[in-house]
Amino acid sequence: MADTVQTWIPTRVPTRAPALVGARLPSSARQLRLFLRRRSTIAFFMCLPLIVIIAGLVLYPACYSIYLSMLNKAQTRFIGLDNFRFLLSRDVFRMVVEQTAIFALSAVFFKALIGLITAHLVNNLPAKGQRKWRGMLLVPWVIPLALSSLGWWWLFDPTHSAFNYILESLGFSEVGWLSDPYWARFSVILVNVWYGAPFFLIMYLAALKSVPEQLYEAAEIDGANAWQKFVHITLPMMRNIIAITVLFSLIVTFANFDIVQIMTAGGPRNMTHVFATYAFMLGIRSGDLPLGAATSLFMFPILAIAAVLILRGVRKRGREIG
Amino acid sequence: MSTATLAARTSQGFSLRSSLSRNRRWALITSYVFLVMFAIFFLIPPYYMVVTALKSDAEVARMATNPWIIADGVTLDQFKILLTQTDFLIFFKNTIIVTVCTVAITMVVSVFAAFALGRMKFWGSGILATGIFLTYLVPDTLLFIPLFQIVKAIGLLNSYWGMVLVYPTLTVPFCTWIMIGYFQSIPKELDEAALIDGAGHMQMLTKIFIPVALPGIIAAMIFAFTVSWAAFVYPMTFLYSADQQVLTVGTVTSLIRGDVYKWGMLMAGALVAAAPPLVIYAFLMDYYIAGLTAGATKG
Repeated sequence: MADTVQTWIPTRVPTRAPALVGARLPSSARQLRLFLRRRSTIAFFMCLPLIVIIAGLVLYPACYSIYLSMLNKAQTRFIGLDNFRFLLSRDVFRMVVEQTAIFALSAVFFKALIGLITAHLVNNLPAKGQRKWRGMLLVPWVIPLALSSLGWWWLFDPTHSAFNYILESLGFSEVGWLSDPYWARFSVILVNVWYGAPFFLIMYLAALKSVPEQLYEAAEIDGANAWQKFVHITLPMMRNIIAITVLFSLIVTFANFDIVQIMTAGGPRNMTHVFATYAFMLGIRSGDLPLGAATSLFMFPILAIAAVLILRGVRKRGREIG
Repeated sequence: MSTATLAARTSQGFSLRSSLSRNRRWALITSYVFLVMFAIFFLIPPYYMVVTALKSDAEVARMATNPWIIADGVTLDQFKILLTQTDFLIFFKNTIIVTVCTVAITMVVSVFAAFALGRMKFWGSGILATGIFLTYLVPDTLLFIPLFQIVKAIGLLNSYWGMVLVYPTLTVPFCTWIMIGYFQSIPKELDEAALIDGAGHMQMLTKIFIPVALPGIIAAMIFAFTVSWAAFVYPMTFLYSADQQVLTVGTVTSLIRGDVYKWGMLMAGALVAAAPPLVIYAFLMDYYIAGLTAGATKG
């Protein structure tokens, strides 16, 4: 398609261009200004649906959320920061903050690590086999998370756990994957790592491909071993994309809802709640929308910092590529 | 450099090369070993879901036999029960309606906006482009509670049309962002030539930009499709009756009835629900991956 358009242009342009340009040039700058103004009006109207969607369904709810979080449960009285104060005074909420931090940081770390390792492994393979492996390893990312979480739940099922079957046949005692609070924390993190690692794999693989081969050849001549090549060439070349991916994943993981909601719904003893599921429980299940909104808003500062850093990274990356 | 050291270097080079090729072979073998381990980890849940869905209820409930294999023979009963005795087909229909509408809205909105932002600079276009990217980073779990109030006020609570209203917030920002990248990569000469030829902006968009950026449009469509097919927070919050429910929430909530979970049927449901994204991925993997990586490398 691209070819046909490109060949179409050069043949047509020389024949008609001179006449049109000739006709337009003498007319004053006024006409040009008019053309530009018309152009920016058209551009604005083309953006209008987007602006309406963003303003009406993202910006307005975000601002409304702040207002909502300052109302009492019945939404009849303005109570200032009392909802936030109430949350901070509760032990359960402190546990939610702690668990969200553990959940997000450890999951992102292992996702990044597994992604980096698998990207290198796939990149080592002969070019022909890479596609097949890449296709296979990306499957967890493609299955809707809610549905694969259901599959994991069944794998962790207390009476029929398929993992416990293996453990028992190997002579170990069985594990309460979702009934023991600490194992439950481990399980939800495991599922998140399983789901998110392929995303890192794909991003890193694309970045690895963009590192010029000559750099490695030069290093090899200089006698660099594999580790030195990784530290002195691969990592500096990929630093930006690693940063972007980690920050992006941090946002998504911090805000994760599906895994915890489906597998534990926050239990046992509220030990696996993250911000999103706790906000859901307070806001929707218990009907205290203002308190739920306040809980969600606690995510905002972390997300805002990560978002600004990502934006800087993406801009830098854009300049590097040209 | 003397000839002696040069000779020593070349002979060293030869032994280095043979050891290098041996190293390469070992590196390849270890790569395969570890890749197989990771592949097993990544494919355990889908494998186990398939195995469970093909078992009879009696075998799923029996605890003595190895759960990882099908001992009593393959049966499609679970799929039959799923399609005839549950609301699964209603969920499927609702999801298709919501997804098709969302993808259509997303593509129209984001192609126009990306064309305007990528090519026709106007007052505030730079700020708007940055704003779009930041909107993409706003997670749905930050907005679901205020949106609950808004959707309720509009009167679309417990209606899948409410999903058609809110899903574009998940898809439009990213699709616009990657379309801006694709449109900007089209050479300027092309639209200048079209302008000289007397083409209007609409003609420029439909005759040049859309055909040339078609791979980007397909990637954006796949993204919009997978996101709206897999969305979970909004339907979980806004929909509660079975006739309005979509697949993701319907499968994990409505299919579970009573204390005894019918795991075979649940897994069959999860597999059928996950099939459309998987099929699209299988056939359009390159576009899928292009859309995935474009966010960080384009723009």
